[in-house]
Amino acid sequence: MQELSLSDLGLALPELFLACLGMVLLVYGAFRGARAAGEVAVIGSLALVLVGILVLTGSVERSTAFNGLFVVDAFAVFVKILILLGAVLGIVLAANYLKAEGIQRFEYVILLMFATLGMMMMVSANDLIALYIGLETQSLALYVMAAFHRDTLRSSEAGLKYFVLGALSSGMLLYGASMIYGYTGATGFAEIAQHLEATEGPAAVGLIVGIVFVAAGLAFKTSAVPFHMWTPDVYEGAPTPVTAFFSVAPKVAAIALFMRVLADPFGELVHDWRQIIIAISVGSMVLGAFAAINQTNIKRLMAYSSIGHVGYALIGFAAGTPEGISSVLVYMAIYLVTNVGTFAVIIAMRRRGRAVEDIADLAGLQHRQRGMTIALTIFMFSMAGIPPMAGFIGKLVVFGAAIDAGLTLLAIIGVLASVVSAFYYLRIVKVMWFDEAAEPFDKPADSSLGTVMFVSALLTVLFVAYPAPLIDSAAIAADALF
Amino acid sequence: MEIGLGHYLTVAAILFTLGIFGIFLNRKNVIIILMSVELILLAVNINLVAFSTFLGNLVGQVFALFVLTVAAAEAAIGLAILVIYFRNRGSISVEDINMMKG
Repeated sequence: MQELSLSDLGLALPELFLACLGMVLLVYGAFRGARAAGEVAVIGSLALVLVGILVLTGSVERSTAFNGLFVVDAFAVFVKILILLGAVLGIVLAANYLKAEGIQRFEYVILLMFATLGMMMMVSANDLIALYIGLETQSLALYVMAAFHRDTLRSSEAGLKYFVLGALSSGMLLYGASMIYGYTGATGFAEIAQHLEATEGPAAVGLIVGIVFVAAGLAFKTSAVPFHMWTPDVYEGAPTPVTAFFSVAPKVAAIALFMRVLADPFGELVHDWRQIIIAISVGSMVLGAFAAINQTNIKRLMAYSSIGHVGYALIGFAAGTPEGISSVLVYMAIYLVTNVGTFAVIIAMRRRGRAVEDIADLAGLQHRQRGMTIALTIFMFSMAGIPPMAGFIGKLVVFGAAIDAGLTLLAIIGVLASVVSAFYYLRIVKVMWFDEAAEPFDKPADSSLGTVMFVSALLTVLFVAYPAPLIDSAAIAADALF
Repeated sequence: MEIGLGHYLTVAAILFTLGIFGIFLNRKNVIIILMSVELILLAVNINLVAFSTFLGNLVGQVFALFVLTVAAAEAAIGLAILVIYFRNRGSISVEDINMMKG
């Protein structure tokens, strides 16, 4: 046992800063009342940017704090930057929407900050207890965010569904954690790894049961098949900016946690858990491809699309190699940018002051809003994996890693699933460019949505010209896990 | 009869299974789902404390305390969401949670 030292606090500085500022803003908002919403949003997004700078300037060498409960390494830094990016965009996208829907409350930003804090703790967890606390800090804030539009039935139903299934998944994860603790005698990842190295022969059944339960709990959080059933309902019912946030930040955090838990303490048992990952990856890709075909609501379609994308990302993870892990990180980064851009378009879909969500509402959009049409076309091409968009590179590195690891069949299934899913992405493009024009959408109140669309579209198109920075940093991040 | 680790684990496994079934088979009332969630967490706590005693290692009991704390927060948030749901729907029957499908 060592004493708590200042260097421990320094290592967790970004998290501590975010936690303290979140609480200060909460008190400030409580005293200022409804007027505080705008100010809290500005301070909150600046704070998240500052936290990002703190993360980047902090240590990237692997170092642990608080008796090994908390770890900072290149992997954690990379993923935290993605999470913070998703969180800032979650605030930017929400500003106009919340005002237009009459739910502009300062709690939105506070909840988002605490959820972000939980995700950062998840990514830096180096112990089952730290993992659980981080996961719950995130989930409890997200349940409330899903029900944020509390006067509508759909939002409150989304919150209720998300809560019930989220609580169930936390319970399963915990049960698994208790089994792992019982059969290894430790909760720290380093101690568990040591224990596994020291034991000869196949792993105890109880330990495998524990790993399966933990994997099931984490698959819930990443919305991978067969634990995806909450996703379409929650994505459809939650307010659109919340859905945008749900589809990026928590997903990136959960996949990162998934990789750290399985690759770090249970790296020895890779042959045991690889089959689980392959099974849920195939299931997610196939379901994401086929179930989305009949959807008419675009938020629901994006939910199935995100299930499919998790499946593709897990292909890289199933490879279990450093290249595989780095391909997952590249894939998730590209997914984040493309998805946020798509949701910026969905949030801009308002007609006579009301949000519309049907794919049919996009009909003939090119006659009215040419810029938005081009942006959404780029995003859809990228998600379908059509070269030269960023999504193509993402799929390429993931499938490449799988083939290098000898998982050719998995890569083939992935390619086939992405051909099927191209159908519904291209259908949206067809509706926008070739269908009879529907009524135009309202002009957005300010330029924030347009800016997000423009920047995401630019990044998606130009990524192919200059992919090195992302791919190199993902490779460094992935090496930290091995 | 000596009560060993296996007995505790069996009780916990039964409680856990009851909790899971309570969530999926119950078609009446959302409150029962909340109770089932608590049952799952209790099963985990029994597991943790039993392992902790038999391993002679305190970490499990520390873990159990954290689980208790989080369970309280979770129940509070769950009930709060249930209240706003009831205000909009006028019912907390599981069969009525069907606004979105497909």
